[in-house]
Amino acid sequence: MSEPANTAPADPRPAAGPNWQPRIIGFLCYWCSYTGADMAGTARMKYPPNVDIIRVMCSGRIDPELVTTAFARGADGVLVCGCHIGDCHYITGNHKTMARMPLLKRILLDMGIEPERFRHEWVSAAEGEKFSKLVAELTEQVRRLGPLDWPGLMRARGVGHGMDLKAWGE
Amino acid sequence: MSTNPNNAAPVAKLKIAKYWAASCGGCDISLLEIGPNLLELIKIADVVFWPCAADFKYEDVRNYPDGYIDLCFYNGGIRNSEQEEVARLLRRKSKSLIAYGQCAVDGGIPALANLKTVKGIFNASYHDNPSIDNPAGVEPQPVTPSEYGDLEIPRFYPQVLRLKDVVPVDYEIPGCPPQSDRVWEAILALAGGQVPLQNRNVKVACYDKAVCDECKLEKRNVRIKEFKRVHTSIPEPGWCLLEQGYLCVGPATRSGCGALCPAAGMPCEGCYGPAGDVVDQGTAMVSAIASMLDARTEEQAQELIDQIADPTGTFYRFTLASSHLKARK
Repeated sequence: MSEPANTAPADPRPAAGPNWQPRIIGFLCYWCSYTGADMAGTARMKYPPNVDIIRVMCSGRIDPELVTTAFARGADGVLVCGCHIGDCHYITGNHKTMARMPLLKRILLDMGIEPERFRHEWVSAAEGEKFSKLVAELTEQVRRLGPLDWPGLMRARGVGHGMDLKAWGE
Repeated sequence: MSTNPNNAAPVAKLKIAKYWAASCGGCDISLLEIGPNLLELIKIADVVFWPCAADFKYEDVRNYPDGYIDLCFYNGGIRNSEQEEVARLLRRKSKSLIAYGQCAVDGGIPALANLKTVKGIFNASYHDNPSIDNPAGVEPQPVTPSEYGDLEIPRFYPQVLRLKDVVPVDYEIPGCPPQSDRVWEAILALAGGQVPLQNRNVKVACYDKAVCDECKLEKRNVRIKEFKRVHTSIPEPGWCLLEQGYLCVGPATRSGCGALCPAAGMPCEGCYGPAGDVVDQGTAMVSAIASMLDARTEEQAQELIDQIADPTGTFYRFTLASSHLKARK
């Protein structure tokens, strides 16, 4: 009841194997970081296409659950960006992020996820170059670590057969 | 058959079963805690399988026709192949399979072992602990050849699974252990036909709101200045424990217990699992704690966070197998 079924369409990109490419989910705040990424684009800065950007209104809205969900559903890395402390459009939204993400990092470490797979940085609207460098660096780190493939790992350990709709006769 | 096809009230005596998998046995005790109502239960139901309380064998269950058992309470997570086999057997033989207690619902305490590898668990259990005397370094093997043929023991799984990871579950009764009053209400509702016997992972014998909703302690809207632990300091009575700096998991935890622990000065441990609409109790708690810190700079925030002894073990104490990540890589 509490757990929504995964109805997302299958991603055509391979989760592992020779054609694997790092798949990184980026949560960017609307006011600074997304504009910063936009600036990198309009300035035609080159950076790897491996980050799938999800725009949110404020980095304070990024529930740590979104990060663990991204890993659990097959992301190889996660990037969280928000306004610099003091620059938040909502005054103190990113004060919540600045405490949540370091605490989340400790949990990810306990779960065996390498710290290099998760980055939390402040990117202002003027920092297009910082953003492009950040993405290039993160992509390279994740590429060196290789695929994470959490869904494959859980399937191999037998999680979720009872949740399978076929077991309900559907 | 004891029920009509529409899942209405049983016309004959109910047949109930209870099984004990990866759990401590407290769930069996908690069912006995319904006290005098046990006599009422015996009036409306026959026990047809309950290894903890009566001498039944797996063979007896195998000989029952499919769907013979009306209510089957399964407590404990799935740690080995025997527990999965019995879960599948009981699913086939039961009209209504109920995950009873936090281990069956969300993994519970045994699922904290998901933070270790199988090798690490075996090392701790058979080699490294100071009290272990095992000079030959023997470990249990799934199959041991002997002169009477191969001897088999259940296979140890790489991680603790929830009951609903291996078979479809009709109802879930959370709690460690579930409060007996709530359980009795749930049994009456099921036995009386107010709710259908078949359903899908519906949580019963609990409420949807958080423990804070039931908690009587006063909130003073104070931010956390330092983290404290119950064995090093004594909380001020009547004041919200989280605001005082004790790691109370109440904001992310389902109510139904009556907020017994905070009322006695003990922070909520989160034994009823995630509150309604929360999937991942641990990250919900990270979110809640982090927005309560008295920190103006990143350094201050980091300093406070470093005071938390074991965030994963504290926030996921009863729900690791139900979290998004579920286990260590």
